[in-house]
Amino acid sequence: MGRFIIRRLLYMVVVILVVSFITFGLMHAVPGGPFDAEKALPPDIIKNLEKRYHLDEPLVMQYLRYLNAVFIPQFSSEGLTGDVEDDSLVNIKITDTFWIKWMNFGPTFSSRSRTVNDIFRQQLPISVQLGLNALFVALILGIPLGIISALKQNTIFDYLSMSIAIFGVSVPVIVLGPLMIWIFAVTLKWVPATGWGAQPPYVLGVFPSDLGWKYWEKALMPSIALGLGSSAIIARLTRASLLQVIREDYIRTARAKGVKESMVIVRHALKNSMIPVVTILGPMIAALVTGTFVTELTFGIPGMGKYFVTSITNRDYPVIMGTILLYAVFLVVANLLVDIMYAFLDPRIRYD
Amino acid sequence: MTKPVTLDDKDFGAGGEPISQKGESLWQDSLRRLVRNRAAVIGGSIILILLIGALFANSIAPYPFAEQTLVDQNKVPQWILNMFPTMKPYAQLSSDYLLGADYVGRDLFSRILFGARVSLTVAFIGPIISLIIGVTYGSISGYFGGKLDNLMMRIVDVLYAFPSLLFIILLLAFFRSTFARPDPGSFTYGISQLDAATGGLLFIFIGIGLTAWETMARLTRGQVLSVREKEYIEAARTLGARDTRIMFKHILPNVVGPLVVAETLAIPGYISTEAFLSFIGIGVNPPTPSWGSMISDGAQVIRTYPNQAVFPALALAITMFAFNFLGDGLRDALDPRLRGTQ
Repeated sequence: MGRFIIRRLLYMVVVILVVSFITFGLMHAVPGGPFDAEKALPPDIIKNLEKRYHLDEPLVMQYLRYLNAVFIPQFSSEGLTGDVEDDSLVNIKITDTFWIKWMNFGPTFSSRSRTVNDIFRQQLPISVQLGLNALFVALILGIPLGIISALKQNTIFDYLSMSIAIFGVSVPVIVLGPLMIWIFAVTLKWVPATGWGAQPPYVLGVFPSDLGWKYWEKALMPSIALGLGSSAIIARLTRASLLQVIREDYIRTARAKGVKESMVIVRHALKNSMIPVVTILGPMIAALVTGTFVTELTFGIPGMGKYFVTSITNRDYPVIMGTILLYAVFLVVANLLVDIMYAFLDPRIRYD
Repeated sequence: MTKPVTLDDKDFGAGGEPISQKGESLWQDSLRRLVRNRAAVIGGSIILILLIGALFANSIAPYPFAEQTLVDQNKVPQWILNMFPTMKPYAQLSSDYLLGADYVGRDLFSRILFGARVSLTVAFIGPIISLIIGVTYGSISGYFGGKLDNLMMRIVDVLYAFPSLLFIILLLAFFRSTFARPDPGSFTYGISQLDAATGGLLFIFIGIGLTAWETMARLTRGQVLSVREKEYIEAARTLGARDTRIMFKHILPNVVGPLVVAETLAIPGYISTEAFLSFIGIGVNPPTPSWGSMISDGAQVIRTYPNQAVFPALALAITMFAFNFLGDGLRDALDPRLRGTQ
């Protein structure tokens, strides 16, 4: 297991390097630069701007400079300086005059005083909260629905649960979003239509500090809109897998021994039926992560979505690179975690 | 001496009659099962109706999709007013528009009808692109195996790490600006003309195609790997069949079922991707109507004129329902072992 994890981590580094290379290449192959404006700037100013952001260097140099800043930990004699050139996501203090800094994603082109890390600190937690809420919705709706319809197969409960499931798969966020806003915000006036309730500072850099109604009145609708589709997939998978498991011999054995029915279901059937559900979690987390983009743009939530889309039209290279890299790392790590979890749930699986 | 092989009664049905006069092919058998599935038939019928509506949109739609009548801005017919009573104090009535007019006085119904063209084109071209790339890639990888297979699958793994929606947005920006102002007569000019002729759909197809084939490649490879070892492949090879013949004649026909099912189930994803891209304003070129851009326009005025977002949203949802029903039905029909469990 240990060797498997190390091998996967090394492999992850390669994957991230390739992703960064392709993104960098594609980004710079797009004609036009970050300082093209409707009213063209004087050439001297453009020259100075390009010099400041090292855009006058050869592309290879720029790429290596970027890799160095992001991936290689740097040693520094001071902590956070507030300088846009020197803003790292990870700052570890060894002594007062010796700091290790890591992941400097660079300054943004669109705002003189903001860095990509500023965007990550302020906007990313919102996207993460939305994604986690949606995952929570997916699990808390999907698993019970799947269990009910499997245990009461071919009854009205089964049909009802599966109708909810097919509704969830078929209705995308951009449909659900406006419909929910119209029903719950405009007509019933239960919740506000747009926005996000959590403000920095966040607990552990991610979680909202106040989980009261002030937070949920804005978070509930988008979380359900995003999570519903995934909950439907989980419900169908849980149902299918549970139906298969309760026909196994060991379930009959357990019943024959006189084990209580509730025990049979919880101990013997459910635990084994969760294995396929765990496998789908990897792709599902990926879908939820990119899904936060759609949801944020639909519900007007100030997360990463808006920044990414505008950064592409503005050719804001560091924001494009940073966002894609961060999400890629996230996807790869999520898949690794799912693989590890898989081995724990099913002892027959060995990775070495 | 061994006994000569003879057929006797026990090889046939009860009366000594052959069980079936003529063997039924997999596809005939599947079609029969599909037709018996009510949900799939409903889904298929909806798609057929949409298809007819989209094909003959020119004759069915009461107005051209781009015709603006500025004096008719946001007008609604009486029945919509009854459905959305909040609009009563301010809405202007006009019975000229079945579902109302939008913010520049274009007929919503006509635009939804023409919008079906975009969604259905994506629904049919998306799978074709992803099948062509994915099946070619996956079958080469699975059939030849070894180092090549390893390399090709590692490439797919890397591409899997790309957050696909973000990648599509980046690709679209890349294509759009690369082909923005080409010289007439050049290759890029041809491409940009083709894209303009399709209302901006060409680049969306390329974007979707470039990100959607990976799943298909993995699936194909897995299928090919399992079929490759079967005895009939060995028999074909012993008889001197070439690689291409084995591939097209013996392997592909036997792996195509699961691929078709997977592609059908992926269609709603393609449709919603296009709708989302149009929703955020980087999809089809205006004034070509796409349900996504109509929902986006409608969402701006959802407090005052909810009909402008609700109807395109319903159209999109119904289409996705239909494809999901059909996909589920196809899966059950092509792989009866899964029936009752999925």
